[in-house]
Amino acid sequence: MSMAGAADATLVRPGEAAETEEKAFGFWIYLMSDAIIFALLFMTYLVMFGNTAGGPEAKDVFSLERAAAETFLLLVSSTTFGMASIAAARADRERVVMWLVVTAALGLGFLFLEFDEFRGMIAEGAGPQRSGFLSAFFTLVGTHGLHVSIGLLWIFVMLGQIWMKGLTLPVLSRLYRLGLFWHFLDIIWVAIFSIVYLPGLL
Amino acid sequence: MDFFGRLTLDSLPFYSAIAASGAGVTVLGGLSVVALVTYLGAWKTLFGEWLTSLDHKKIGIMYVVVALVMLIRGFIDAAMMRSQQAIAYNNDGYLPPDHFDQIFSSHGTIMIFFMAMPFLSGIINFVMPQQIGSRDVAFPFMNAVSLWLTAAGAGLVLISLVIGKFSTAGWTGYPPYSGPEYTPGVGVDYWLWAVLISGIGSTMSGINFLVTILKRRAPGMTMFRLPLFTWTVFVAAVLMIFAFPALTVACVMLALDRTLDFHFFTNAGGGNMMNYINLFWLWGHPEVYILILPAFGVFSEVVAVFSQKRLFGYISLVLATMAIGILSFTVWLHHFFTMGSSETVNSFFGIMTTIIAVPTGVKVFDWLLTMFRGRLIFKPPMLFTIGFLVTFVIGGLSGVLLAMPPVDYLMHNTTFLIAHFHNMIIPGVLFGYLAGYMFWFPKAFGFKLNEWWGAASFWCWIIGFYLAFMPLYVLGLMGMPRRMEHYDIASWQPHLIVAAIGAFIIFVGIICLGVQLYVSIRDRKSAMDVSGDPWNARSLEWLTASPPAPYNFAVLPKVQAIDAFWDMKARGVAYQKPAEYEPITLPKNTLIPLLVGGTAFVFGFAMVWWIWWLAIATLAFIGALIVLRSFDDDPDFTMPASTVQAIEDRRYEQLAKAPKNEMADDPGYAGDPSPDPLPEGAR
Repeated sequence: MSMAGAADATLVRPGEAAETEEKAFGFWIYLMSDAIIFALLFMTYLVMFGNTAGGPEAKDVFSLERAAAETFLLLVSSTTFGMASIAAARADRERVVMWLVVTAALGLGFLFLEFDEFRGMIAEGAGPQRSGFLSAFFTLVGTHGLHVSIGLLWIFVMLGQIWMKGLTLPVLSRLYRLGLFWHFLDIIWVAIFSIVYLPGLL
Repeated sequence: MDFFGRLTLDSLPFYSAIAASGAGVTVLGGLSVVALVTYLGAWKTLFGEWLTSLDHKKIGIMYVVVALVMLIRGFIDAAMMRSQQAIAYNNDGYLPPDHFDQIFSSHGTIMIFFMAMPFLSGIINFVMPQQIGSRDVAFPFMNAVSLWLTAAGAGLVLISLVIGKFSTAGWTGYPPYSGPEYTPGVGVDYWLWAVLISGIGSTMSGINFLVTILKRRAPGMTMFRLPLFTWTVFVAAVLMIFAFPALTVACVMLALDRTLDFHFFTNAGGGNMMNYINLFWLWGHPEVYILILPAFGVFSEVVAVFSQKRLFGYISLVLATMAIGILSFTVWLHHFFTMGSSETVNSFFGIMTTIIAVPTGVKVFDWLLTMFRGRLIFKPPMLFTIGFLVTFVIGGLSGVLLAMPPVDYLMHNTTFLIAHFHNMIIPGVLFGYLAGYMFWFPKAFGFKLNEWWGAASFWCWIIGFYLAFMPLYVLGLMGMPRRMEHYDIASWQPHLIVAAIGAFIIFVGIICLGVQLYVSIRDRKSAMDVSGDPWNARSLEWLTASPPAPYNFAVLPKVQAIDAFWDMKARGVAYQKPAEYEPITLPKNTLIPLLVGGTAFVFGFAMVWWIWWLAIATLAFIGALIVLRSFDDDPDFTMPASTVQAIEDRRYEQLAKAPKNEMADDPGYAGDPSPDPLPEGAR
């Protein structure tokens, strides 16, 4: 432990460095604002849960296996992003790149599963136009998916910046905020799993 | 699939003379601005020093320009409604119903989103960083993006006059009427995308203001030394951050209903239209306080300066502001008491609405006690403040009446409501911003606004206001619903004629504002403010030069008390020349925010007309611009110490020549500072 403690003294913490702390703080505030968006989408989903208009209900269209797989991919991607952050703090460029690539792959896997779920539901007549319940479902889960897509694009931009600029302070600061964003989406997904999929199926 | 979506030549406004003339005025207005800039040869200055600037002061001024332009547009709508209702007894008047509906919809939309919001953001941008002793806001780039997104929204509302039609669903856009089934055209979509795009800008402004206040205060500027205007901005920023998402969600859902056939708010298909109304007012009520709290802040600054006294009850004003901020999230249901909630729910919101009047009352007493035994100076900003105090109390009382659900059942959707909220928003919000405009104008441009024309404008505004809106209280009690295009009840007409006369007097007030600006620019040599402190004022923005140097403060001030600048003057250290200057880092100009705003405008237009390829292309372009900016690790430039020195030397030369402050000659000046109302521990 003492060795780890000694190494910690050299870590870069963009959330605390004077030049970048303000940006990290501003990003936290943005996340709070975004959390309100999701809170209202959850509220709308709960209000409209029973409004199936004679169409399919939650238990007809959700699959626990798929939701579990999506959860697994996203939770693991949060862990791998954590590994990337640790590597970034140690200024280990190759490991940052490696962990970011793993995170992006997991994120892509998640998006693929979600896209496939949406495609399947629309194909069997359970698209968002079918009922208020499905409109609310697609909007809530789709908004999360949209965020993940933006997060993925951001990962690719960061890979480009690491390749072009190295782990400079501005790059580390952006990486730090991307980390906040990615973990935030993980938390939102946990809420989606617990509020949308579990009660819908059990 | 059409290349231009549902946009055809039929969308041009040649179907009616009124629509065509509205379009003509809009196009001519745009062209004459272009011609004027060309005539003055000012394109290079305009682009190089203004449109691409990240300086918070220039951004603030541009916001106010947007607000004043939109004030005129919104007022034309109001005048058309008043004149229509004045003549439309037992006849159709001159406006067909479809047109009348567009006018009341655009009037409300413009006045809230594109007059009040930009005016607010403009004054905050200009004043707040200087008040806290900062050189800029925390995120200057995002600040410019906010400005241009607001301008893009305003542009969408303006262009709806020329291409297509505007919404007929009122400024609140309630479904199911605003849904695709009952209102299929482009009108509601114009409203939606204008509101959405500018709303995103407002959310970002809120984040920016909050972080600036929390992170960019000068040394010694503790939270409880902040000027009250900054405090109100702080609370308003919190409200912007937490309330605007509700508007975004409501508008996105309605847009999904309209464009992709979703069933959020439809009659059939499992929609729930009450959800829209809840979401809308979950934003809408805090929005009222977003607008009014900074205006309260302006009044607090003005009343202290022009009473030549320390603000009475600083702590109680701060606490009242925070209380209003929290309570503002607990009253939204009073906008729809009649929509069938249980009596328990209605009672709760009725009681909360009554309670929120209490901190507001505290503020009124604080302002009155600030004036008590002060040496009042009746400059135009002070006139607006006193006019506000008297008038606002009347509006508050009618609001407490409406807060009672049984009374609201009788008054709902009558002109009584219209009278009430104009009675809050015109004196409470607009008078505040106009007072702020006249108060801080010399700081922005280095000369004072003409006082005679300012006072004339005030008297027209307040007399016009009473004539225009007191009859609406009476009409509401007589049972006249809002938004009537014509009517057949003879006893209504005299009141509506008086209201139209009131609108005309307000029009004269707006003309006076224009004349004031013209006369002041013409005679600016005789009203120069060389000291930077024309009103003998109290807070740090008056320490800077008028107009301020790009960096505001060459050396960041050291704050030791509330009313920091007053305290510095009292200690004789306000104008001490520093031994040496340091280089100052400032943001470079950039074209990107303007491009983002312009592209967002095209994106909104594409979404309104269902031109999907264009919508995708513009969205991708905005994304590319943001990524491009993220690669720029050198967005700042450093002004060398020698340049700072040169600017400051000129400033001190001017200061030495500055005549004694006209307000400092007042005998009351020597008697101040008044006893400190705060216990030592609170400082």
